[in-house]
Amino acid sequence: MAVLEFENIGISAMSGAVPKTVINNYEYTKHFPVEQVKEVVDKIGIYERRFVDSSTCASDLCFAAAEKLIEDNQIDKNEIDLIVFISQTPDYRMPATSLLLQDRLGLSNKTIAFDINLGCSAFIYGLSVVYGFMQNKNIRKALILDGETRSKVYSPKDRQSAFIFGDAGVVALIERNEKFGKSYFSLNSDGSRSDLIMIKGGGYRCPSSLETLEEKVVDEYGNIRSDEHGYMKGGDVFNFVIREVPKDLKFLMKYAEMDKDEFDYYVFHQANNFINSYIAKKLKLDSTKIPATIHKYGNTSSVSVPLTIISELKEQFTTPKKVLLSAFGVGMTWATGVINLDNCAISEIVEI
Amino acid sequence: MEIKEFIEKFAEAIEVEEVEILNAETEFRELDEWSSLSIMMLIAMMDEEYEKQVGDKEIKACQTIQDLYGITLS
Repeated sequence: MAVLEFENIGISAMSGAVPKTVINNYEYTKHFPVEQVKEVVDKIGIYERRFVDSSTCASDLCFAAAEKLIEDNQIDKNEIDLIVFISQTPDYRMPATSLLLQDRLGLSNKTIAFDINLGCSAFIYGLSVVYGFMQNKNIRKALILDGETRSKVYSPKDRQSAFIFGDAGVVALIERNEKFGKSYFSLNSDGSRSDLIMIKGGGYRCPSSLETLEEKVVDEYGNIRSDEHGYMKGGDVFNFVIREVPKDLKFLMKYAEMDKDEFDYYVFHQANNFINSYIAKKLKLDSTKIPATIHKYGNTSSVSVPLTIISELKEQFTTPKKVLLSAFGVGMTWATGVINLDNCAISEIVEI
Repeated sequence: MEIKEFIEKFAEAIEVEEVEILNAETEFRELDEWSSLSIMMLIAMMDEEYEKQVGDKEIKACQTIQDLYGITLS
């Protein structure tokens, strides 16, 4: 039973960056007939997404967001003792992207820097890792940089994923302060389902080759992709999520001795509209407390939870708020968090 | 009796407007309304109405509405 509990550590500022190129999903019709696209888009409720150009990486989005956060909050860079970069779309296979960001941000060589590679639940995992470090008083300030360029991962000729994913980067500043009170995290894993969402080629088990690069028809619907593209067994993922996620939410609320109605907001991973409404219905949650960005940014993997806070709850933290975080995805991993946001300074989203 | 009820729930889940065109022998993949997204709707319906855990593999093995109904009886 892996529940982590922390006291007086929290997110004091957040910022986000998205690419300026807007993809209108109804017009994303290069590979499919207009009518078919309309049907899919109407059902999934994802109308727009943002795509980076071929020379922009997740780290560039995070860098822009970090500069904005540092400037808006007049942060002394010398006080940043830890940075963690969360992504599954790093700049290189090595070195870790956090090191490149340490240098670009002009942080000292005393900075602790490393990457976390996990997937959609990674922001919540990352918070718990950084909160753990922050229990050590020698660390004054920490930055979580979380970015994804999912547009580069999926085949535009595979309906199962072509209309869903988008790009974005966020930064969260973590500090100690008594106002944050207690926070709780439940982190879970099920590697027996590692084949539900996967990019098979390009690692060391199945290195890039002519074969992994070859595009193939993969199912009865005529979807096309290569082994270098990500794939998703949508039905199995959905079946798994509707079973495990509500259970974990209930479990952590019980552990934290909180009733669901005590929360001001429930921020869910933005996978698709249908999954989130289904979970909300199953747990009888007040849907007015569930902010959404899926319609305008799509599924941005681990970035979606913090991006939704930044985009939709910007003015809401002048008084303290109790927030439930929930995310799930590739792995499978799923995570739930109970945090307090009090005077969290949220910057305007930067477009690059 | 009960398959009739199942057919109604199936029609609602995948948004078939005319329930009358459906029967136990209907091959559901041939329906105009059927798409890869329908699988998700169907899984949700099976969970909600019958508390059955259904994945891609189980649905792939089915051809007709009768086959799907069989899952709820197992």
